[in-house]
Amino acid sequence: MTLGTGGTTDPWTLAVIVGMAGVTVLTRCFFFILDRPWGLPEWAHRALHYAPAAALAAVVIPEIVMAQGHLISTWKDARLYAAAAGAAYYFWRRGVLGTMLAGMAVYLPLHLGLGW
Amino acid sequence: MFLSSSIRRQPEFREGMRDMSSVALGIGAWGLMTGVAMVKSGMSVFEAVAMSLLVYAGSSQLAAIPLLIAGAPAWVILATSFCVNLRFVVFSLHLRPYLMHMPRWRRMTHGYLTADMSYALFTRRYAQPPASAAEQRAQEAYLTGNYFVTWCSWIGMSLAGIVLANLIPQSWGLGFAGVLSLVAIVCSMATTRLRILAALVAGATAVAAYALPLKLNIVAAIGVAVLLCFWLEKKVGLDPDAEDEK
Repeated sequence: MTLGTGGTTDPWTLAVIVGMAGVTVLTRCFFFILDRPWGLPEWAHRALHYAPAAALAAVVIPEIVMAQGHLISTWKDARLYAAAAGAAYYFWRRGVLGTMLAGMAVYLPLHLGLGW
Repeated sequence: MFLSSSIRRQPEFREGMRDMSSVALGIGAWGLMTGVAMVKSGMSVFEAVAMSLLVYAGSSQLAAIPLLIAGAPAWVILATSFCVNLRFVVFSLHLRPYLMHMPRWRRMTHGYLTADMSYALFTRRYAQPPASAAEQRAQEAYLTGNYFVTWCSWIGMSLAGIVLANLIPQSWGLGFAGVLSLVAIVCSMATTRLRILAALVAGATAVAAYALPLKLNIVAAIGVAVLLCFWLEKKVGLDPDAEDEK
């Protein structure tokens, strides 16, 4: 995997993509793949309450507060304000699209205008 | 499934399309942005097209991008997608009685194509599983109409985003739009106090454990957050199902 526009295609990435398609099928069909009815163990049911939010937050928060593998040490980072504006919009109005637009409306001026 | 004319002839097929068309714009815009984000973060056009066509799950695609770029091992990426997709496991339990009358390949095709909005609209329209053959056909047609619109707007706009992304300079940082959509999805999942805590703890753990090899910080973060919430449930006597009702 190379960084930058027009990265090259590599077989490993394609294999991961095919695997992810398998995960989509597995999760969306989970309880009706088999003919006989069955349930999950109790602990797995409880984990369903927390694991999705935890998994996404674990991916997304480092993308906002870290750079080159370290916690950023400056407040002059457009991502902080954009994420805060996006979250504020979400709790005010809901909607993924609006959150993205509100966040980008903060991100682009700071990033392109001030170079943050 | 929408290739089958016997489904398309049912009036419920059009009804399903009509009900979904009001949200198709939002789905399309999200697809557009996902397409841009995939290419802008360094995936090749072929990889981005393959991901849109095969994976067909926005939040799992967006979550996989930073992991792919960082060269995380396949099992970590797949485990993360699985966790991000866990809500579909809950949906599949709900959909089971609606689909079990079909042969396996048919219900799995429907299952694969039924994403969040189709699930929500379908189960709102039909509170009860089908009781007769006519109802079975009607419900199948409605569901198919729903996801036909979703599939077209998601795939069409994703492909448009992949093409347009090459016209936009890398320095604009538009890939961050993908992160912002994930912020919205995390917010939408943080509906109870324990879930908010799980998200914050997982985020902090992922940052603190960033130096772990193989992107294992993601796996560690999920583990720490889930175990802490289990412990708190016992300690404070919170019932997750009762919390959901609030």
